[in-house]
Amino acid sequence: MKWEPVIGIEAHVELKTASKMFCGCSVTFGEEPNTNVCPTCLGLPGALPVPNSRALEAITQIGLALHCQIAPQSVFHRKNYFYADLPKNYQVSQFDSPIAIDGWLEIDVESVTERIRIERAHMEEDTGKSLHQGDGGRIHSATATWLDFNRSGVPLVEIVSRPDLRSAAAARTYAQDLRSVVAELDVSDARMEEGSIRFDANVSVRPQGEEGLGTKVEIKNMNSFRSLERAIASEIARQIEVLGSGGTVSQETRHWDEQLGATHSMRTKEGSSDYRYFAEPDLLPLRFERETIERLRSGLPELPAERRHRFEAMGVDASTARTLAGADPELRQVFTDAIAEGAEPGTTAHWITGEVTAAIRKSPAFRIDGARLAELLTMIDDGKLSSSGAKSVLSELGVTSAGAATVAARLDVLQVSDTATIESAVREVLAAQPESANRYRAGEEKVLGFLVGQVMKATGGKADPKLVNEILRRELA
Amino acid sequence: MSDLADLSIAAAGEGMANGAFSAGELLEAVLKRASLTEADLHCYLTIDHDGARGSAHESEVRRREGTPEGPLDGIPIAVKDNFCTRGLQTTCGSQILAGYRPPYDATAVARLRRAGAVIVGKTNLDEFAMGSSTENSGFGPSRNPWDRERVPGGSSGGSAAAVAAGSALGAYGSDTGGSIRQPASLCGVVGFKPTYGLVSRYGLVAFSSSFDQIGPLAKSVDDALTLFEAVAGHDPRDATSYPGPAPVARPELARGAKGVRIGLVKELAGEGYEPAVAEATTKIVEVLGAEGADVVEVSLPTFATALSAYYLIAPAEASANLARFDGVRYGLRLPGDTVEDMMGRTRAEGFGPEVTRRILLGTYALSAGYYDAFYGQAQRVRSKLIAELAEVFGRVDALVSPASPTTAFELGAKTQDPLSMYLTDVCTIPANLSGIPAISIPVATDERGLPIGFQVMAPALGEPMLFRVAAAVERLAGFSARPELATAGVARP
Repeated sequence: MKWEPVIGIEAHVELKTASKMFCGCSVTFGEEPNTNVCPTCLGLPGALPVPNSRALEAITQIGLALHCQIAPQSVFHRKNYFYADLPKNYQVSQFDSPIAIDGWLEIDVESVTERIRIERAHMEEDTGKSLHQGDGGRIHSATATWLDFNRSGVPLVEIVSRPDLRSAAAARTYAQDLRSVVAELDVSDARMEEGSIRFDANVSVRPQGEEGLGTKVEIKNMNSFRSLERAIASEIARQIEVLGSGGTVSQETRHWDEQLGATHSMRTKEGSSDYRYFAEPDLLPLRFERETIERLRSGLPELPAERRHRFEAMGVDASTARTLAGADPELRQVFTDAIAEGAEPGTTAHWITGEVTAAIRKSPAFRIDGARLAELLTMIDDGKLSSSGAKSVLSELGVTSAGAATVAARLDVLQVSDTATIESAVREVLAAQPESANRYRAGEEKVLGFLVGQVMKATGGKADPKLVNEILRRELA
Repeated sequence: MSDLADLSIAAAGEGMANGAFSAGELLEAVLKRASLTEADLHCYLTIDHDGARGSAHESEVRRREGTPEGPLDGIPIAVKDNFCTRGLQTTCGSQILAGYRPPYDATAVARLRRAGAVIVGKTNLDEFAMGSSTENSGFGPSRNPWDRERVPGGSSGGSAAAVAAGSALGAYGSDTGGSIRQPASLCGVVGFKPTYGLVSRYGLVAFSSSFDQIGPLAKSVDDALTLFEAVAGHDPRDATSYPGPAPVARPELARGAKGVRIGLVKELAGEGYEPAVAEATTKIVEVLGAEGADVVEVSLPTFATALSAYYLIAPAEASANLARFDGVRYGLRLPGDTVEDMMGRTRAEGFGPEVTRRILLGTYALSAGYYDAFYGQAQRVRSKLIAELAEVFGRVDALVSPASPTTAFELGAKTQDPLSMYLTDVCTIPANLSGIPAISIPVATDERGLPIGFQVMAPALGEPMLFRVAAAVERLAGFSARPELATAGVARP
């Protein structure tokens, strides 16, 4: 039987607002434990929450960027469960009245654009962090647990997709593209490794062609896009194996173990959890004015998907356009400036996402502006630089303010495109290699390569290979 | 001269202003009264001798320099022990918080300090304000100054008893279902629950967030208003705090009841109401009419179901509000094999039976499959009550009723029967469910000499009308009885 995976993704995005969701404590990462806390985010008796209006704007921006409807009125609920790092033993979250509903995000799956529906985006507060001492890193095997409440109350947006994803790779693309949207809005650091964006996956499989959904399993603890894809792939394989051998998949939460490369069951709770949601009486219902929504909508930046389409329309190939659309704003500015200086968009995009990116990765101090990059690329087009020569010039350009021509001259990598010089070198080579010349004339085409090499050698590697080729053929004709 | 501890706030303010006595002398009189009555009455869980003396001294300095803060400067007052007081033990009457010292002041407490009030200490209450007699206190009950075999009411029983006994000139309590007005009624003092949102709840340890409201207990309507004014007004730390300025009621105090349309609530009478209470209510209604008020009987059928709705919503909210007391960060912690075990044992040991009962009730009412039948239905009753009141307040300016169906009952009389205890709040709960202001004024005594309270209710933000009628009731009732404090050495006024 052929099985079809069905995947939905829940993303948690920590907002980088100046202060926490319901108190004035600042939102920071990596501070001394329990230094960014107050009665409210510690859940001390008597303390009350006051909503952060900037966070509410941020979730509205996210909702709008994901083509969601923004509810005119929305309600906070208490989600009740006991956990040591949840200071009130309830989380202020949203239940049946989220801020944003019914949106979508378009992603490319194997070169086909698919629209992944977004069920909702809601606002909640983050919990504290438990640091378990002892084996296993889990509370039940720990000898002691330390609690850090710096994260407690940090505004968190939960974005829930519909189960529209059909492969681990598609899920990864969705997660990456969602991250790009959030990063573009500049509302979150959106760093998976720091936990400022986290993804959980709901995975089930069903026989190909069937409409109903199989039993879903929630997988957690993926710390990179790669592990997200691996975890989902591994879970799909596990479920297919279980079902294929006549077993049943049980509804549960499974933990991804990066080392083992497999998911394992977390302690199963008896029955399904009942969070006893009820409207948070400490907060008034939220109201979103139409003008506010429209102001935020008109202030949305160009999103990665839109930008990618714009690049493609300029003649950049799809894969490069995607990379460039998600690149640093500084690099995208170099692209824009280089185009303005007359550089060809396709080549420019290739160079920026290839050589320039590699150079920056190698040396973070590397800087190049659009004008000098355009000059460099034009020199290639004009045959003044070979592509390997251009690469040497580029690495030099990044650490100097000189132009490409100056650097190329200094490095002595300018191509010789003076016909007379090349012709004399060609004649010298042919005179020295009569046998090869004859073999070529007898129809042995591949000898040409050898002869080109000899001419290049004679010119110290600086001759324009295109010209060498041309002249050789003419002389041998 | 009479004992300073028996003065009203207004009189004490005057006495300090004209130099008849100092804030220090006033405080010492109150502390002395407390030292004589506490063993009997147990109004306080903590008396802050040093802090109070320090505040009294600062007040004296301000007066000497001619810069007193206002009518509460130098006035010894008490606050219920569910108000957070920085560095001063705040237990909520619960063993689970024994020894807990908050790192911050409740907004009401901070405003009192700024007003120059001298905080004598923290008064006893039913655990987490759940109860109507203070018998649910984890530190032993308070007793009624009028008869020490009887309860002072609750949950703000310690505050009511302290004001009645003179161990504070005024006090603050919290009223979730009647917890200010019912003990005020049973102790013969004035108790006022403001419109929901007029006094910040920041730093008031939550019982039921959508009902909880801070308010004063005092010897007179005038004093109650003074205490209210000191703490009322918007607080940016409380999202449910009323954003506008608090209504101004003081000019209404002397206007009298002539021409005011008053509705006597039909549903708050009959079975369960002691004859003396019914008589006293009738009499006040008569004299209000004689003064020129237009009194009619009005029916609010939903009042009959208010109590049931309240006992679903309040425990539901409480079940979440009290979840934080888990032994992890503060308060009591019992050892356990796992973290859940530790939490479970701590909560089982730390909470008394009534709190446990309400947490269980509330948890049940919110559970999947029961939510709509219980919590959801109760919220619908609440909406219906609000609509009914809006309609009635189109016809009358204020509503009146007894504040409690009975006078003070004996300790232990209702502890075995929670429902009978819940029924003592039948008159007061509708104001909490609807958020409207309500006040209890002592108007008479029963055949045993126990005080009887009369309740006035007004529409939301209708404090001016409420105080106008309350002041008229106070004047017309002419209630001047004071408890016979049995304790030797207490001078009678």
